[in-house]
Amino acid sequence: MPHRKSQLPESLLDIQRAIEEYARGYGLDFWETSFEVLDYKRMQEVAAFGGFPVRYPHWRFGMEFDHLSKSHIYGLSQIYEMVINNNPAYAYLLEGNSMVDQKMVMAHVLGHVDFFKNNYYFSKTNRQMLDNMANHATRIRRHIERHGLDKVEGFIDVCLSLDNLIDPMSPFIVRHEAAQHDEKEQPPVEVPRLRAKSYMEKFINPPEYMSEQRRKLQEEREKPKRNPPEPERDVLLFLLQNAPLESWERDVLDIVRDEAYYFAPQRQTKILNEGWAAYWHSKLMTQKILDASELIDYADHNAGVLAAAPGQFNPYKVGISLLRYVEERWDKGRFGKEWSECDDYDTRRTWDKQLGLGRKKIFEVRKLYNDLTFIDEFFTEDFCYENEFFSFARNASSGNYEIDAREFKKVKSKLLYQLTNFGEPFMLVEDSNYDNRGELLIRHRHEGVDLHLDHSRATLTSLHRVWHRPICLHTVVEGKSRQLRFDGTDHTERAL
Amino acid sequence: MALRIDPSHNRFRDIVRGKIKQNLRKYISNGEWLGRKGKDVVSIPVPQIEMPRFHFGDQGQGGVGQGSGKVGDSLGPAEPGEEGKGKAGSEAGNHVLEVELSIQELAEILGEELALPRILPKGKERLITQKDRYIGIRRVGPESLRHFKRTFRQALRRQIMMGNYDPLRPVVVPTREDKRYRSWRTTPMPQSNAVMIFIMDVSGSMGDEQKEIVRIASFWIDTWLRSQYEGLESRFIIHDAAARAVDRDTFFRTRESGGTMISSAYKLCAKMIDDEFPPSEWNIYPFQFSDGDNWSADDTTTCVELLKKEILPKVNLFCYGQVESPYGSGQFVGDLRTAFADNPNVVTTEMENKDDIADSIRAFLGKGK
Repeated sequence: MPHRKSQLPESLLDIQRAIEEYARGYGLDFWETSFEVLDYKRMQEVAAFGGFPVRYPHWRFGMEFDHLSKSHIYGLSQIYEMVINNNPAYAYLLEGNSMVDQKMVMAHVLGHVDFFKNNYYFSKTNRQMLDNMANHATRIRRHIERHGLDKVEGFIDVCLSLDNLIDPMSPFIVRHEAAQHDEKEQPPVEVPRLRAKSYMEKFINPPEYMSEQRRKLQEEREKPKRNPPEPERDVLLFLLQNAPLESWERDVLDIVRDEAYYFAPQRQTKILNEGWAAYWHSKLMTQKILDASELIDYADHNAGVLAAAPGQFNPYKVGISLLRYVEERWDKGRFGKEWSECDDYDTRRTWDKQLGLGRKKIFEVRKLYNDLTFIDEFFTEDFCYENEFFSFARNASSGNYEIDAREFKKVKSKLLYQLTNFGEPFMLVEDSNYDNRGELLIRHRHEGVDLHLDHSRATLTSLHRVWHRPICLHTVVEGKSRQLRFDGTDHTERAL
Repeated sequence: MALRIDPSHNRFRDIVRGKIKQNLRKYISNGEWLGRKGKDVVSIPVPQIEMPRFHFGDQGQGGVGQGSGKVGDSLGPAEPGEEGKGKAGSEAGNHVLEVELSIQELAEILGEELALPRILPKGKERLITQKDRYIGIRRVGPESLRHFKRTFRQALRRQIMMGNYDPLRPVVVPTREDKRYRSWRTTPMPQSNAVMIFIMDVSGSMGDEQKEIVRIASFWIDTWLRSQYEGLESRFIIHDAAARAVDRDTFFRTRESGGTMISSAYKLCAKMIDDEFPPSEWNIYPFQFSDGDNWSADDTTTCVELLKKEILPKVNLFCYGQVESPYGSGQFVGDLRTAFADNPNVVTTEMENKDDIADSIRAFLGKGK
């Protein structure tokens, strides 16, 4: 396999080729992957840019860099692996890491690249994102040159405060052109009439009433259609298409939206993706790559990656355990009607049909699942107890986090709740001409938890900056429907 | 090495220090990590700016974890504002971590944030001593300052790179380019003497909240002036109807009840200056904090007289900070303003709550006197 002008030293390149060969032997299917060795400073920089060598200038990358370098200086954490979902894939190795670490990172990265390439949720992402990010940077720099840093950065801030208003599933929705039947001749307005004998007609269906009704229906039909016709989750797209923006502003918003969509699948598949990569680095390292002298170091570092401090949820750990659990079940035939109906403890414990379908099953999981569906389907009662999961909550009196339940149902529902829409509220744009005054109506689909009101008000300010007309937010506060409104100068609130 | 991220990083730091983009200030949260420096556990300040978004309010709802423990077992304190929802990936988790900046650095930041001019050394025959500190390494310098270890390390590195290092015969010969020298920086240290006299009203109307404000304000003033002068003294006076000099600890802890005679404190302050701190040799900074509820108008008149005759001619600056309290009438600040409207060496401020402390300090020290 030809490697594009790789900067990798020959020794590492040989190792990469060997690891790739082993990985292919197991059925992993990945793009060409180009590794680059970076010193810690460059590594932190790239990590601050979300893995990309070039991004547009913005303070939040500086903040990320600040945190990374502080945590490096004080030895709190270090960046082990970083890989970009791109074809060819790019990944980074930290200069000065021991050989065993480099091997582990390479094996881990190949797991990620295989996942990027094959997982359904990544299928619509831009695979030339490296170039795309650089283009975004150039475009933003051009806007900065023309309009000034403060102005452009200020608008980026506004967009960032809205960047979760996307619909991660929208790339998968096939939309039919709705506009067609509008053009067609519409049948004349027909007022439904009650059945009546002819001599009773004008009493049962009085002509005045009928014509009144006809007029109303006609009016109804001629009323301008609502925009959007259906409530829309992709608020950013709606704003792009409808908000009165200057062209540079539209471009900035477009860039922010584009990047948000690019990163969304990574947020949707954190557990599965990390679990998958951990599964493969562990398999490859222990079965193929490790030299006997490296065993202890490997075990130490691997344990570090998979450690779960009390109260913390380590996606690597949960992902790999659950994948191994699925593999075991399908290897032993622990699925299907027979299995689920069996309630004899001993039979279940020794259940082994020796089907050996495990590997096939986990490859299927990596292709078709995301975190939500993965947990929903495979996080079983047995798994929950075996792995000592608990849910925790804040105890209001002590201010501490406390374990509040170990019941399977509670643990699972909390987990699913946090994974649904990334644990964020569903916000929909409902009407762009609310109250017939060109106000933008945003509805929060309330599902039991209230919004953070201060931040919501601040976000309304950001929306106003884009929409230039008053913004209304319909939500539920402490069980009552409320409207929050920002008209450009004042925030008001009223019951609905 | 210049990094692409540097402009963004500087931008972020300027925002945190309040130099630019004040509109983001309200979104800055000051997190903290605990780290290690040698054997000491230090606290690393980790400022963070979180743009507001639509998100759930009740974030204290916890999550799911793994491990042993019974229902009801504590997992440690929930951090307000941090909500335990750490970003996954390469970052450190939410380590609950104390201040690693030295007081000197803090004072520098304070100086930048509050835009304080440096306080000028006073006195005629004050020496300015210079202090050299070795702070780094450079490629040129006198041989007497050669850094042997660095030099040889550099030589070894070069030889390895050039491939003429033989581990079996480890001879390392530094060339001129390999040589490394210690470099130093000379810092002038003003030797002026300064004394701060903190006066606090501890009468019944000063509650804990008011004292907290005074404590914070005094701490920062103390810190700033200490960074400017070597050999700085602090004196503390508390008063209700009578005044007494106390140590620092008592100053911050005492709660008394009783009436308020500000003049008593002024008398004590004037006596202290006469006895201990001749104005020809000392920079004198009295800082007075009160809720402004003096006992009687007569006493206020006495105060103004005392200030005018006994105190103001001897001090660099007189600062009065009035803390709002639910009981006090708070007239005193007005009285002072009327009496010393045209005297630039009297600074008065009012503090309603903790947010006003910074403004108040800026007013006190911004004059650079």
